[in-house]
Amino acid sequence: MKFTFNNDTKNGWRLLSAPFIYSLLLLAAPLSLMFLLSFWTQDYLVLDKTFTLNNYIEAFTQPVYQLLFSRSLTISLTVTLFTVLLAYPMAYFISFYGGERKALWLFLITIPFWTSYLLRMFLWKVILGYNGVFNSFFIWLQVIEEPMTFILYNTNAVIIALTHGWAPFAILPIFVSLEKIDRSLLEASKDLGDGPIQQFFRVILPLSAPGVVGAALIIFIPTVGDYITPKLVGGTEGLMIANMIQVQFSKANNAPLAAALSVSSLMIVAFISIVFVLINRKYLRRY
Amino acid sequence: MVNQVQVKNVYRNFGAVKAVDGVSIEIKKGEFFSLLGPSGCGKTTLLRLIAGFETPNFGEILIDSKSMKDVEPNLRPTNMVFQNYAIFPHLNVEENVAYGLRKKKLSKDEKLEMINKSLNLVGLSGLNNRSSNALSGGQKQRVALARALILKPKVLLLDEPLSALDKKLREQMQSELRHLQRAVGITFILVTHDQEEALTMSDKVAVMFDGKVEQIASPRELYEKPISQRVASFIGAMNFINGKVIKDDKKIIFETKIFGELSLSKKQISGKNQNGKLTLGIRPELVSIKSLKEASKELMMGTVKDISYFGETTYYKISCDKSNELLTVSSQNSFGQISFKVGEQVKFKIDIESVVGFFD
Amino acid sequence: MSRASKYLKIFAYTYLIFLYAPALLLPIFSFNSSQIISFPLTGFTTYWFERLLYQETLHEAFKNSMIVAISSSILATTLGVLASRSSTRYNFTGKQISLTFILAPLVLPEIIVGVSLLTVLIQLGLSLNLWSVVLGHTLLIMPFSILIMNSAFNNLDISLEEASMDLGENQIGTFFRIILPLVFPGIMASLLIGFTLSLDEFIIAFFLTGTETTLPVYIWSLFRFPKELPTTMALGTLLLIVSLILLSLSEYFRRRSALSKDSILN
Repeated sequence: MKFTFNNDTKNGWRLLSAPFIYSLLLLAAPLSLMFLLSFWTQDYLVLDKTFTLNNYIEAFTQPVYQLLFSRSLTISLTVTLFTVLLAYPMAYFISFYGGERKALWLFLITIPFWTSYLLRMFLWKVILGYNGVFNSFFIWLQVIEEPMTFILYNTNAVIIALTHGWAPFAILPIFVSLEKIDRSLLEASKDLGDGPIQQFFRVILPLSAPGVVGAALIIFIPTVGDYITPKLVGGTEGLMIANMIQVQFSKANNAPLAAALSVSSLMIVAFISIVFVLINRKYLRRY
Repeated sequence: MVNQVQVKNVYRNFGAVKAVDGVSIEIKKGEFFSLLGPSGCGKTTLLRLIAGFETPNFGEILIDSKSMKDVEPNLRPTNMVFQNYAIFPHLNVEENVAYGLRKKKLSKDEKLEMINKSLNLVGLSGLNNRSSNALSGGQKQRVALARALILKPKVLLLDEPLSALDKKLREQMQSELRHLQRAVGITFILVTHDQEEALTMSDKVAVMFDGKVEQIASPRELYEKPISQRVASFIGAMNFINGKVIKDDKKIIFETKIFGELSLSKKQISGKNQNGKLTLGIRPELVSIKSLKEASKELMMGTVKDISYFGETTYYKISCDKSNELLTVSSQNSFGQISFKVGEQVKFKIDIESVVGFFD
Repeated sequence: MSRASKYLKIFAYTYLIFLYAPALLLPIFSFNSSQIISFPLTGFTTYWFERLLYQETLHEAFKNSMIVAISSSILATTLGVLASRSSTRYNFTGKQISLTFILAPLVLPEIIVGVSLLTVLIQLGLSLNLWSVVLGHTLLIMPFSILIMNSAFNNLDISLEEASMDLGENQIGTFFRIILPLVFPGIMASLLIGFTLSLDEFIIAFFLTGTETTLPVYIWSLFRFPKELPTTMALGTLLLIVSLILLSLSEYFRRRSALSKDSILN
């Protein structure tokens, strides 16, 4: 048999070349450069290109960075937990009770997420402030006498704001996996004697697990590196790793350290995500 | 007549799947040619090879003696009517029909005249400005036809054009397509899995199984002289009778339980006698069924086991007294014809000339 | 089962209310006469909105944002159309990996993207201006464009393209006469979402902008001044309304582009 040339490859790459090269130049190259940068040192404005691991050593041994890393992870994991817990019933509601208005529900849920992140986080500053909306409102209603101070300029505020901001985004993956569940499976479980609670834990939850994993990753990965929220509502106690990266990059003129911190964050996040996915794979195989 | 389309030893695989496995066909100019077979037999792939949407792994295709190797679909002298019609939803009827005229240098008036002629040919005059979404299935199909024919192709390719239509419309379209083909005189190559369709419309039919062509013949020849059991059972219904070959000389003597000894001429048998295994076939309508009252000696006895009523025809399953085999007999419910009940005893006979045989 | 559904319903509506409640503060306090953002409300005024008319820097920022948003959305959509078309129509080695790579900005923290881009630009000695922001935004928006266009292209029946070729049209002609018109709603959706994303984007703009600020960067600078809070609220209100309108339009187009094939072709 004669061999016929595969036109697909030629056509496919012809079209993909422009976007691919763009990403190569603007994503791969900068990231690579940053990776390289993390092994160099900077003295004021002069770059010393001798290979060194000092930046990484500093990043992992200095208490201030260790604190920031652990705080960022703690905040992010807490936010992930809260958002997924809140998102699941919502996704469940839309999938099973949404009826014809499912698309509308999804639209209403997600549309805030497309508006200015900056504005939405700023609003929390306004809400949680000493003279802010919450305090003045509850004082006005005479529920409290003194303004609450524990709600702003600390990790609590960051967690609240992030949970509120990211919760809708956790809904979509869970919703999609719930939709995929064949409804006849639910009828079968009923037929075989399951009550609603058992049906949920034995059929629905396991089958929607991939969606939950997806949602967790969608929240966890970006929130670890959030800059705006901790800066606006975190005060000094609530700052996260991204804020330090920015400081090192600009004021402290230590771009290599900033790069090392960035790479380290990426590595840690990737590591945790992979472990998380693997653990789930192991348990999800049961059904 | 001249050979317009020549398929020469063409092979096309998709990975391990041999969609077209060594096919050679000659189609004459002006012929209405059908590719018939069950789903997956390769007929659509073959059509797409002729159209240019697939390239053969081996072999070649010639149209009017010119090789179509490396010739793109838009440059071939063929046009296709797609199975789902592929009517452009954002263009109206006139724009759809005129689509291929863009490349040709014609004046607006000339184009309009051609469009109207084309629409008239398919019975859609006046619908020029109708939006595509407002068309029925049958109308979409006619637009697809008009759109292809306006370009005056040498060969028109039709990919299961009637499969999405309901029965009545399908029958009407079958006759219309036939008339259309005669009117324009173009070679039509039609793909279908419906044997009735192929038989009704075509001059010649190629029956395909598993990527290979089993038989190419006129509808009549296919029906009356199928070349194999597979073709025989695919085209129409067929009773298969088992038995033993007793003598293989100038005539073949075949012993059966139902009919006793049958003497057949070699003309009636297809294939070669390799191990003496012969199967006979007789069409249901060629078994004559009579009531017990008939006195002829040639008649055999049987009992009606099952009845299927189709309005015009009734199919009886008869168990023969001489063996337990079931014979399917069809009988026209015409004026004066007796109908039989389940459990009733009947007499039946066959005309030996109508029997066909297949060596394995 | 119906009791559970009732609780769920209450939960759902409550969720929705809490989701939108903070945003409602924007219009409320934009019209509030007090300079402090707190309860109780003191009175109605349009003064804060009027102030917006006189801020030169605001107008500059607005103009810059427009330039950046329009450019990035067009560039991102163009690249997105190419990538999406390639991925939905053809199968070839390296497709999966390259696409995952192109979609990576969706999961990378923006600050890392911003910092690395900044590093490159500084090393290359290029000046930071609006065009550096456009480059960064395009990188971020492209994945969204691809996701939207994937849906649009997947709904394009391949037999329409084959029919076009069969009728004599070549690849380019088919693209402009058949493919483009039919995926047009998807393109509109992509342009609108891209525009909105760029308009609202802060981090990349913050890192990559020189002296010319965009709207979000301008707003960020206002945060330092408590006196400017109400004006900021007023600006935020306007920005929010514009975003909502654009997003609704985009959703309208996206739904049209995702119409099932079957509904069009019989």
